[in-house]
Amino acid sequence: MSTLIVISILAIVVLYLGLFKAKQALLPISVLGLVAALALAIMEWNSNAAPIFSGMMHFDNFAVAFSSICIITTILVFLLSKNYFEKISDNVAEYYTLILFALSGIIVMVSYHNLSMLFVGLEIMSVSLYILAGIKRKDFASNEAALKYFLMGAFSTGFLLFGIALIYGASKSFDLAVIAQYVIDRPTGIDPIFYVGLVLMIVGLCFKVGAAPFHFWTPDVYEGAPTLITAFMSTVVKIAGFAAFLRLFSICFAPLQDFWMPTLLVITILTLFVGNITALYQSNFKRMLAFSSISHAGYMLFAIVALGAASTNAIFMYAAAYAVSSITAFAVLMLVKAKTGGENFEDFNGLAKSNPFLAFTLTVAMLSFAGIPLTAGFIGKFFVFNAALTQYHTWLVAIAVVNAIIGVFYYFKVIVAMYFKDNQTKQIATPAYFNLVLGISLIITLVLGIYPGFITNLF
Amino acid sequence: MNLLLLLFFPLVGALVTLLNSKFAKQSAFISSLVTLAFALLLLGDFVPDASSQFVVNYPWIPALGINFAVAIDGISMPLVLLTTGLFPLIILSSFGRSISQASFYALTLFMQFGLLLVFTATDAFLFYVGWEVALIPIYFICALWGGENRIKVNMKFFVYTIAGSLFMLLGIIYLHLQTADNSFSIASFYNLNLDATTQGWLFWCFFLAFAIKMPIFPFHTWQPDTYTEAPTTGTMLLSGIMLKMGIYGVIRWLIPVTPLGFLTWGHLALILSIIGIVYASIIAFTQKDVKRLIAYSSIGHVGLIAAGIFVWNIQGLQGAMIQMVNHGINVVGMFLIADILIDRLKTREIATMGGIAKVAPKFAIAFLIVVLGTVALPLTNGFIGEFLLLHGVYQFNIWYAAIAGLTIIFGAVYMLRMYKAVMQGETNERTASFKDINGSEFLVLAVVCLLIIVIGVYPQALLHISEASVENLMNQVNSKLAF
Repeated sequence: MSTLIVISILAIVVLYLGLFKAKQALLPISVLGLVAALALAIMEWNSNAAPIFSGMMHFDNFAVAFSSICIITTILVFLLSKNYFEKISDNVAEYYTLILFALSGIIVMVSYHNLSMLFVGLEIMSVSLYILAGIKRKDFASNEAALKYFLMGAFSTGFLLFGIALIYGASKSFDLAVIAQYVIDRPTGIDPIFYVGLVLMIVGLCFKVGAAPFHFWTPDVYEGAPTLITAFMSTVVKIAGFAAFLRLFSICFAPLQDFWMPTLLVITILTLFVGNITALYQSNFKRMLAFSSISHAGYMLFAIVALGAASTNAIFMYAAAYAVSSITAFAVLMLVKAKTGGENFEDFNGLAKSNPFLAFTLTVAMLSFAGIPLTAGFIGKFFVFNAALTQYHTWLVAIAVVNAIIGVFYYFKVIVAMYFKDNQTKQIATPAYFNLVLGISLIITLVLGIYPGFITNLF
Repeated sequence: MNLLLLLFFPLVGALVTLLNSKFAKQSAFISSLVTLAFALLLLGDFVPDASSQFVVNYPWIPALGINFAVAIDGISMPLVLLTTGLFPLIILSSFGRSISQASFYALTLFMQFGLLLVFTATDAFLFYVGWEVALIPIYFICALWGGENRIKVNMKFFVYTIAGSLFMLLGIIYLHLQTADNSFSIASFYNLNLDATTQGWLFWCFFLAFAIKMPIFPFHTWQPDTYTEAPTTGTMLLSGIMLKMGIYGVIRWLIPVTPLGFLTWGHLALILSIIGIVYASIIAFTQKDVKRLIAYSSIGHVGLIAAGIFVWNIQGLQGAMIQMVNHGINVVGMFLIADILIDRLKTREIATMGGIAKVAPKFAIAFLIVVLGTVALPLTNGFIGEFLLLHGVYQFNIWYAAIAGLTIIFGAVYMLRMYKAVMQGETNERTASFKDINGSEFLVLAVVCLLIIVIGVYPQALLHISEASVENLMNQVNSKLAF
């Protein structure tokens, strides 16, 4: 709870700092504030908190875990932003503020205990992101991204809200516990509008997490938005979306698995194939990451399809692995783009010779994406597969295996470019902050890959 | 002697090599020798009965029942010896080649770590991790220092193997979820008693991974290209040791874990193996490229080993155990010889060579011994292995033995024909100035030749190590096949 307050106040403080032109103080204060918020979140671990504010929010272990991972990833994004925002905009403070506001929305999204809070959290986050996507005011692609994101986002929120309204109509409450009780009390004879509401909520949430066939906004928005904002969207925002998704389904809709599972199964399979096969044909690294993020959404959906005791653990592990690898990929992309001006695979040629450390971290990140052992990504995939097989979805896992094989092709494209193709590029100067972030991500990826016991025993 | 020391020392060696790039080759060589010394110390303490020895078992991911569990028994021991024994030879053979760089040696030693994990793991998760850990370094070795088509060829190799292994992962997780004690240990997997249908598809999950690795026809299409394009040191690692992972997997995991699946599909696997022998030998017969010829002949030899396992009797299995070691030694010798030829003559075409025996007598003798070992002349190591294998196949079906046996004779023909074309006849301007082997090349070939003859004369030493374990495994599986 105190986490949310700290982040909200922090955002306002940062806004005022911008007003008084204290540009140098923005980054340190934002990072310190987030570290404090992280510490406060972790202190609430295992406190067995009860729902607060008349059952509006519930800061349980689930919320603590997902808040922490979102805050840590945001800190990493902030560390990368040194000098980045100054280059693309005059209004630096707004960046920090908007990201912090989005984060506060995310904290609400992972800890809601009432559907109205889900909606409020989602909107706080989304409105901040609409602005962030279009913050390069004079850039055509950025404007396009913002407009597309806004239209699609508004559209999907409509679905979500309608779904919430219908569920309210049937269960007469927004409270998750009451809705859950409503479902449990009626093994048969649930109001049909409840089912309609459930489907509409699935549609709305799938829009937000970028699952096929509701993914069409993702590539354009990811490509058009400033790279760092894309990094934020494809990691923190996506994780928050999944946390919200999982929280809703595991608390409220678990007994109705027979009803929603087939729908979600189709969405999962579609998401995997669409993401992977389209990613295969990309020559632009950033676009490839956008499509690969769709396919990773597919893997994470697995754990929801096979909803059970292992799901939270699986999604958490997968999300952690995915977040740090994405941060690495985007960080290296930013450096390479600053040097060569391009974002294609050829721009990475010869990176292993000029910048062995960059190449190595990116290789580990790609291996983690591809799910090769000794990286966190493998453990994530393993957990997800394990969760799915617990529910006897053997065929689903077989399909996922086929997709993992496709994934190897495009993740290795960049490794091939870096190590096996030559190019006379000079060394790219890496700022200390980048080295720090890359180092942290590398260590997290390897530590979680080699000894995942640190976080697997949490839930 | 602790098994962990043997397992983790290569990692230490890799790190030292990387940090100490000035003396990279020396430190890599010394590291591999120390690992070999550890293995020999373990051999000294090893009791050749059916038990698992040097057991180490620590919890790794307790939430899922994953343990870091390793042990050595009679089936692992020959492969541990093979791995630790071949690494110094392979590293030594790379001296003086352009590949001799710190990063190469670090990758090689990292791969040794993965291989040793595979051969000692008694936990399926750990086995899978080792299986993949061995793959990453060899991919980089082949793609960094390979020939012209290396990128495309290695992508194919990597995707093939990873495809196989991911299905194996699916099988492993499925088996894990069936265990009563939530574990990945091999003992729990052995005790599962699933129904025949389930075991049928699980058989394919594992078989695919192993068949691609060995490779068995028709999953072999990555192999000749990869062997040819890889730097020769990489080829030695692939053919000498890595493909044994597949064979070992069949003996250790595939058949004991899914005996009923084996009952249904084993015959098909056997037929595929025999088709592979015939097919590879015919193609090898027509090869003009020395490296490709060895690559195809290797498919043929591995096919026979696989056939010896799939007939599932003591002779076949013991033959497979000893022939795995022999094939490793011989193929490393063959590829080193090919490498020496290619390095000096700058060509791979057999037709452009000739008369080398006149100018390089030491090389000629070594080449001859290795060829004789490969074609399984009595008193060389290949003989006892192929004898046992064919004996095993013969007990199963006389016609299969006839086909396989004839093909082996066929194999002798093309091997000796190659020797004749390369070494005998008149020298030409390319071969006239051929320098005889020296230094490290001589040392490696001398050790290889010595091993070929020593094992050929006294194979009992090796057979004795695996005998009890093989019998035990056979009884254990047969008791399940009975009902």
